[in-house]
Amino acid sequence: MNKPLRRIAIFCGILVLALLIRDNWLQYVRADELNSHKYNRRVQIERYAHERGDIIVDGKAITGSVETEDGDFTYKRVWKDGPLWAPVTGYSSQAFDSSQLENLEDGILTGNSDQLFFNRTLSMFTGKKKQGGNVVTTLNGAAQTAAFKGLGEKKGAVVALDPQTGAILALASTPSYDPSVFAGNSLKDSDARQQLLKDKDKPMLNRALRETYPPGSTFKVVTAAAALENGLYDDIDAKTESPLPWTLPQTQIPLQNEGDIPCENASLREALRVSCNSVFGKMSDDLGNKKMIEQTDKFGFNKEVFTPVRADASIYPEDNKPQNAMAGIGQASNRTTPLQMAMVASAIANDGKLMQPYMVAKRQAPNLDDIYTAEPEELSRALSGENAQKVQQMMETVVKDGTGTRAQIPGVTVGGKTGTAQHGLNNSEKPYAWFISYAKTDNGSPVAVAVVVEDGNANRDDISGGGLAAPIARDVMKAVVDSKQ
Amino acid sequence: MSVVTNTTTIGAIDAPSRRNTELALVIFAIAISVFAYANVGLALNGELPSGMLGYGAGLALLGGVAHLAVRRFAKYADPLLLPLAVLLNGLGLAIIWRLDQSERFQSLATFAPAASKQLLFSAIGVGTLVAVLAILKDHRILQRYTYISMLVALFLLILPMFFPSVNGAKIWIKIPGVGTLQPGEFAKIIIAVFFAGYLMVKRDALALASRRFMGLYLPRGRDLGPILMVWAFSILILVFETDLGSSLLFFGMFVVMLYVATERTSWIVFGLLMSAIGAVGVASFEPHVQQRVTAWLDPFAGWGEQAASEQMAKSLMAFGSGGTLGTGLGQGHSDLIGFAANSDFILATVGEELGLAGMMGVLLVYGLIVERGVRTALAARDPFGKLLAIGLSGSFAIQVFVVAGGVMGLIPLTGMTMPFLAAGGSSVLANWALIAILIRISDTARRPAPAPAPSTDAEMTQVVRP
Repeated sequence: MNKPLRRIAIFCGILVLALLIRDNWLQYVRADELNSHKYNRRVQIERYAHERGDIIVDGKAITGSVETEDGDFTYKRVWKDGPLWAPVTGYSSQAFDSSQLENLEDGILTGNSDQLFFNRTLSMFTGKKKQGGNVVTTLNGAAQTAAFKGLGEKKGAVVALDPQTGAILALASTPSYDPSVFAGNSLKDSDARQQLLKDKDKPMLNRALRETYPPGSTFKVVTAAAALENGLYDDIDAKTESPLPWTLPQTQIPLQNEGDIPCENASLREALRVSCNSVFGKMSDDLGNKKMIEQTDKFGFNKEVFTPVRADASIYPEDNKPQNAMAGIGQASNRTTPLQMAMVASAIANDGKLMQPYMVAKRQAPNLDDIYTAEPEELSRALSGENAQKVQQMMETVVKDGTGTRAQIPGVTVGGKTGTAQHGLNNSEKPYAWFISYAKTDNGSPVAVAVVVEDGNANRDDISGGGLAAPIARDVMKAVVDSKQ
Repeated sequence: MSVVTNTTTIGAIDAPSRRNTELALVIFAIAISVFAYANVGLALNGELPSGMLGYGAGLALLGGVAHLAVRRFAKYADPLLLPLAVLLNGLGLAIIWRLDQSERFQSLATFAPAASKQLLFSAIGVGTLVAVLAILKDHRILQRYTYISMLVALFLLILPMFFPSVNGAKIWIKIPGVGTLQPGEFAKIIIAVFFAGYLMVKRDALALASRRFMGLYLPRGRDLGPILMVWAFSILILVFETDLGSSLLFFGMFVVMLYVATERTSWIVFGLLMSAIGAVGVASFEPHVQQRVTAWLDPFAGWGEQAASEQMAKSLMAFGSGGTLGTGLGQGHSDLIGFAANSDFILATVGEELGLAGMMGVLLVYGLIVERGVRTALAARDPFGKLLAIGLSGSFAIQVFVVAGGVMGLIPLTGMTMPFLAAGGSSVLANWALIAILIRISDTARRPAPAPAPSTDAEMTQVVRP
């Protein structure tokens, strides 16, 4: 009976060998995949097992961590001034994942990033508790507060950029929310989140980056830049060929101006000052759809922007002639994010050079060593320096004695453009009030701002953009200029 | 010069008893378990656990008593079987105690600490070992109870049918005041006794009285009877008690023993064919089995919908999280698997907290037990002993494969327990008894033949050296 016994011994050996091979397959080959599987609760437990690093503005943390009692998560994320900073930080919830900076910089904040490998290894030997690193933002607390105060109860968004570097100085969106209310994983947190999701004002929508609006008359600066760049006009004070009334191409519809304003053959400077639809509509039509798209591309339209938080793409679409003429004055299917219009203003203020917008200035290891410092990066050359200065002169006239007088700051040169974007079927909804501007001091321009207020007053086109949005832009610019002194 | 030092188990002349080797290994096994226990305490509370002295003393007592019993009643037994069993039992106790400390478990309404109960059952298990060694002086006595053991095994297997099912399988019986019992665990041993006794008598008829057909030896119908019966029986267990594990175990054990008894490959072919037919047949209408198979094919697909597949997925994630070296005892989250984490899924904790290295170690310990069992079968001098030893060690191997393969997703999960490691009184008791019988057979096998009577001729031919 020994021969079959030996065979059975081999069979048993094969059984054990199969188990050993399977074990190696599971615990060596597939270990990483299983360990980071989306259903693996250990990932969440580990994430909240120690204090998360902070997001820092002006040298002060705007986030924090508190210890919780219930459940297997030890720490919970809290925000010092949640609604003010939520459009920047996003949320980080035990039950509902995370978003924006909290999500994108998770590796640094949890301390798991490969960039922190050396640091982690070191603290393993010194026996120090694992800690997350910090993310230092480019934001300016005073500008952010001014933007929020200015928006107040109204729905809208503000984006402020440093034109010379592309650093984001303010990023406000109202109504906002406090991410702290659903940072845990209790029923209360889940209810609070449900309530936010159900709110018809959509407080969790980041209007500054993720909502596209028709830019209205503020887009006329882009049309003007395209005209100068393409040599359609040269002298901003020379008369243009602009009949009044001017009929939209291929139609019998005259393009209306807001009220009785001097638009017939008006110069570029004058047309922008009073915001002539007929002049800029014809300009866009003269340039054609292709050239307009080329110019908007240079300003960063038609693709998503990563700050690193993703911003929706602003669209200047391929279109037929009458639609293209309307798009040239910021209507029709022309849609932009507030960030995009701030980029337009900043490119003009920076003598034509468009910088890549960014909001992470530094990443710090837990021991506060800098492991990353942002380098300003040129995104594109939107227009020549000479032409940029011409557009600047036009925009400064708008603020000096045009539609944007409410953005004036004593002792500071300000250029701007108002806009009131109509939307809804047959202009049935309340228009959006827009204002884009920049401030200029002896050292160039420290700030460019775009403001959009959703529930603008519908009475008269440019007056409301100037009346509603311009004061907010002025306060934000003043906050930045003051903090630089 | 004339002393032959024979270190194999088959040695007949002056075989060393190896009892001191066994003692050293038992002490080593206990030391590992106590270190594991200390490790858990240090990892969870930052201090040595208060029960450590008691646990160490208890385990040392159990190991010592078992060792002394072997020394006294089975002097020439295989020296590895006992230490390996003590190691697994001790390690199991440490891991069960570690799972008892889980806050996630303690918040469950049904929570009851299992470690103290397991220690009690381990003591009873060692008591069983001592009793078996003391009472069963020769394993051949069991031969007399061939048909009685068949009746007892049948009774034990049918019994749970009259009790309510627990978690989808009817394999428990509830005795008021004592608790729940899994008679299937004991039936495993008793049925091996029956098979060994039956096959020893019938082996020639099964092996020789057959016709050759297409290269295979086809058995006669009347010899085919018992194998068909066992096949039908294991299917019945599967259908009525929805116990996949046991039916696979009994059938596999029977095929192995039949093959060894008859030395005919054709029996294996028949066995595999019939188990395939049976498995496919039952799987086509039994929802419990189908659920297990779908959970095995894609454990992550049924997440949140199907309890079986979620358990599987959680087990796989526990293994994955352990990685090569593991998180360290007490520092994993294998308790996420839920109520079965200390019984069916205890290997997931080994995998997560001791890692690939620890898992391979544990699997090799099981492999060693099986290997010593097969070696005992090879060394045994009587066919009954050979068959019984191979039946017991074969069933042990199949059980380890079925459980470990199940929790690692190699084969569908069947819901048996890992011998010695898992929490469960019946399992610990039955496996100690199994080890006791193997020790008894190995003792008989390795015991040196009685010295021949002194012969006067021997005196004459002796070589005298200067």
